[in-house]
Amino acid sequence: MKGNEVLAEAAIRCGCDGYFGYPITPQSEVMEMLMDRQPWDETGMVVLQAESEVAAINMVYGAAGAGKKVMTSSSSPGLSLMSEGISYIAGAELPCLLVNVQRGGPGLGTIQPSQADYAQAVKGGGHGDYKMIVLAPSSVQEMNDFVDLGFELAFKYRNPAMILTDGAIGQMMEKVELSDYKKRWTDEEVIEKNGSWATVGKPSTRERNVITSLELDSAKMEVNNQRFQEKYRKMEAEEQRYEAIQCDDAEYLFVAFGTAARVCEKAVEIAREKGIKVGLLRPITLFPFPKNIIKELAPKVKGFLSVEMNAGQMVEDVKLAVYDAGCNQRVEFFGRMGGIIPSPGDVVEALEQKLMKEG
Amino acid sequence: MDIKEIIKPENLVYSKSKVQIDTIMHYCPGCTHGVVHKLISELIDEMGLQEKTVGVAPVGCAVFAYNYIDIDWQEAAHGRAPAVATGIVRLNPEKFVFTYQGDGDLASIGAAEIIHACNRGENILVVFINNGIYGMTGGQMAPTTIENMVTSTTPCGRDHERNGYPLKMTDLVAQLPGTSYVTRQSAQSAPAVRKCKRALKKGIQNVLDKKGTSFVEVVSTCNSGWKMTPVQANKWMEENMFPYYPLGDMKDSEKGEPVSNN
Repeated sequence: MKGNEVLAEAAIRCGCDGYFGYPITPQSEVMEMLMDRQPWDETGMVVLQAESEVAAINMVYGAAGAGKKVMTSSSSPGLSLMSEGISYIAGAELPCLLVNVQRGGPGLGTIQPSQADYAQAVKGGGHGDYKMIVLAPSSVQEMNDFVDLGFELAFKYRNPAMILTDGAIGQMMEKVELSDYKKRWTDEEVIEKNGSWATVGKPSTRERNVITSLELDSAKMEVNNQRFQEKYRKMEAEEQRYEAIQCDDAEYLFVAFGTAARVCEKAVEIAREKGIKVGLLRPITLFPFPKNIIKELAPKVKGFLSVEMNAGQMVEDVKLAVYDAGCNQRVEFFGRMGGIIPSPGDVVEALEQKLMKEG
Repeated sequence: MDIKEIIKPENLVYSKSKVQIDTIMHYCPGCTHGVVHKLISELIDEMGLQEKTVGVAPVGCAVFAYNYIDIDWQEAAHGRAPAVATGIVRLNPEKFVFTYQGDGDLASIGAAEIIHACNRGENILVVFINNGIYGMTGGQMAPTTIENMVTSTTPCGRDHERNGYPLKMTDLVAQLPGTSYVTRQSAQSAPAVRKCKRALKKGIQNVLDKKGTSFVEVVSTCNSGWKMTPVQANKWMEENMFPYYPLGDMKDSEKGEPVSNN
């Protein structure tokens, strides 16, 4: 199945209550697939084409505020439009799942795959100090798996979670093992799970629930911010996920996620055939960034090459992690921009040129 | 007769609605918001809807609507209340969901959201407070500011050459087949308040009957923003706003009908 279609199928199967979206290449298949599957007959899931990404994210806000399991998907320019709403969602502490099937930017850019929204996704994107949990699938199978995982983490932390993928994985066809069906929450279950904060209708037995990000008293607003930061620190402590490929004996490490990680897997093979001991560290969570494993591996290697489909965004986080480890290993960057996917040969050559020449 | 003989339950003719919250009033004296909040509170109470209702508050002075009415609330980003309400009601079709929006919120930054929510016929009530000015940010021009009206961003009065024309949103949404009940009311006098309450009640009943979008505009005053006393503001509204925004029902039909009745 196609990556984008798997997102739709996984949403239906994991008991998602609602999807609100707006067409944009290269992710339009998500909503098309949902409309074709007509899940409202099967599970009761609502699917609605909004008038804009701005409206779509605010529909997500409303439905998430009512305690439901809701999601949207878009591609890079659409995520810029949604950033206002995402900031409000983070500020009001609402759980929801967002998907960014990235394309090249800036501006209207190109419809080809890119990873240029890394910083937007992991550093915030909208206004104010907030973070999202960001999951980076590198296969169609993970497109399936991370829908359920994304919802689980979103509700665990009452925070937006994002699947940050790209047009290559969205359009790619691979074999996939679909998840089993989970029942949607009944209204009673929504009240039981989320009734303490969600707008499920106020009974006389509790105070009214108000979904808001507003607090004009700056002393109280600072307390709110401190609570958010505490939550983000907890995510950093408990949710770092990664895959380490041939890292045990590695002298050099590629750090790459998503499509770039697939390229690097091949590059590891090519380099190893040439006798270069190189491994691949693939961050699965981009926030929280898997710093701990980098700290652990840093003293054992000669250098890192961050391979990205952008101008060098994640490389800053790799450098910070190496610095935090008290190490001074070299951290270099190789990437292509504008919708170009680097070739494994280019990656190996960059490794030799940037890290091995002086060593 | 002693006052104590008069104060008996059987003599009670009026009391504060049970869902109206005792709190410090942040609205200016003379502001229409307080009156409309009271009417909504009374109706939620009288119609037994507290547990069924979710309100969507706007950005602007009425962002604090949730401090006055004891129901579950969501506060929307500026202009986005109709989209937020869509999300709530689509997944909770048995709830009574309403938005409460000012003119800057509804007619300017949120023009797309309100048009499309009404056009889809979302089963919600929209309460539209039109006082022709941005109250909370300090009295700037609104899309509904009438021509020649002085605001902080039209110090020489609104000039259509520079600022365009005052936008009649209610006339616009009456043209949309998704709406069933579209009316323009006011709340400056006792008869007007009673009429306004009847209109709001009809709007709520339409939502309960799943008739699509009901839209109640209340032509309102912002005496602080207008730099007038409350009495002057009411008079100014009657003399200057009512001719441009005439009161009355514009549509009272079934969802799906293409145009307004008049």
